[in-house]
Amino acid sequence: MPISLTNEMMRAIIMDHSSNPTNKHVPSKEGYEKEHMHSDNCIDDLDIYLKVENGIVVDACFEGVACTISLSSTDIMCDLMKGKTIEKARYMIEQYQHMMHEEPFDDEVLDEAVVFVNTSKQAARIRCATIGWNAANSILKDK
Amino acid sequence: MYDINKVRADFPMLNNKKMQGKPLVFLDNASTTFKPQSVIDAMNKYYLEMNANSHRGDYDLCYNMDVEIQKSRETIARFINSETNEVVFTSGDTEALNLVAYGYALEFLKPGDQILISEIEHASNTLPWFRICELTGAKMCFVDIEDKKVTVEGVKKAFKENKNIKIVALAHTGNVLGYTINAKEIASIAHNNGAILVLDGAQSVPHIPVDFKDLDADFLTFSAHKMCGPTGIGCLVGKYELLQKMATFHTGGGMNVKFNKQGEVIPLDAPAKFEAGTLNLSAIMGFKAAVEYLNALGMDNIHKHDEELFKYAISKLEKSDKVIIYNKDSNNGIIAFNVKGVFAQDEATLLNSKGIAVRSGQHCAKMINDVVGDIATVRMSTYLYTSKEEIDIFVENLINGGDILDAYFLN
Repeated sequence: MPISLTNEMMRAIIMDHSSNPTNKHVPSKEGYEKEHMHSDNCIDDLDIYLKVENGIVVDACFEGVACTISLSSTDIMCDLMKGKTIEKARYMIEQYQHMMHEEPFDDEVLDEAVVFVNTSKQAARIRCATIGWNAANSILKDK
Repeated sequence: MYDINKVRADFPMLNNKKMQGKPLVFLDNASTTFKPQSVIDAMNKYYLEMNANSHRGDYDLCYNMDVEIQKSRETIARFINSETNEVVFTSGDTEALNLVAYGYALEFLKPGDQILISEIEHASNTLPWFRICELTGAKMCFVDIEDKKVTVEGVKKAFKENKNIKIVALAHTGNVLGYTINAKEIASIAHNNGAILVLDGAQSVPHIPVDFKDLDADFLTFSAHKMCGPTGIGCLVGKYELLQKMATFHTGGGMNVKFNKQGEVIPLDAPAKFEAGTLNLSAIMGFKAAVEYLNALGMDNIHKHDEELFKYAISKLEKSDKVIIYNKDSNNGIIAFNVKGVFAQDEATLLNSKGIAVRSGQHCAKMINDVVGDIATVRMSTYLYTSKEEIDIFVENLINGGDILDAYFLN
């Protein structure tokens, strides 16, 4: 994903994922690991579900209540997570965290998630933009 | 009335402070308030001139500190019309409510007794009671809310339906919708039914004249930081005979007459028996200065100012069909609202990007959703130094402030 996305394109991507989050549902099959995360300064209260088979994240989805930023960032994360090896998924989460805190990051692996590059302008919302990512990290960290 | 510009000049935080590069408009006063220079000076005076512990020395500095504490207690007692020895210093409203819960309710409630609260209570006037029920076998019951309000009729009905209510614990003024209950009438109903009234005054004492004796509440709690005072200090005001009956909560130095190896402890009389350990002495001095500041302006004037700003803001907001207001018929300087189609937190972030501080969410009143009919609200709250110009900036940005993502892309 080129970082040369225009602001208008980035805004459209965020709004699209928050209005129509395709990964927002409870998994219909078994074999998922769940992590619950909630925020102490926002309404965000999410369950993240990951299905990992043979070292690969084969599915990711979530359910819960969330603001625009957490809804959209979690939905994008689920899209990007699918099909990645645990190692690549962890690397992506790490790069996303770097971006959140205005540190150098590998934009190639963040793909559509680069739309959240400005989150640090509203520091109180960093927690929202990372809540789903932290939950996924918590599931993957011991694997 | 007072001169708002003169008042604003007393507050260092109102002196050209910026947020997000824009002039700060602070409309989160139900959360905490700014401090005038006189309060800051009073606190500094402790560290610069008076630094000593209280009740613990034979020298002048210590004696002077004891005198300061007593003066602060007297000032607070006069402010809410109680006896001086009915004022117990706590770390704030939350600790004061916990003190009633653990010192009074835990001591006197029995299995099957009931505690009456409402769904609009703040966590601090809910969770201590839940815990007391776990510990004693007492049960919670809830006042029926009528048109988003706790009413006298609702409380009467609760007493008809629940025969073992021993404690009624209610916010004098609600922290989300800002409605003030008829505490005097509710105290009378509680007393006629053999119960006591615990009044959470966190949002009332800073904003309206409160007369503890006239209301005839049994306990009244509040925090200094919501009334221009320091954080970390507040008080429990209680009828003296109840304070004397209550068990101690925190124990340690400064609260006992003597104790021995057999574990026998003779506590001091109230209020000292609740004030174990070194008190927050600079904050106690700041608390007194805050009350003096409010007294100088006059609580009637402060309430009038809040009410005037409330009406002014509502009249402007009503012109927009974008804004949903949940408490139009209130008057205490709190407006709970949402912008249609916008999640509360997203609106609060947009306002932050304009330099405007408001709060969003459930405001620690997590049972309130059914009452307001929405999962989260934005709350703007004024105080004695809020100006009409600030309301104008708030309304303009609320109505014409642009898209919520501007906060990330246009700043």
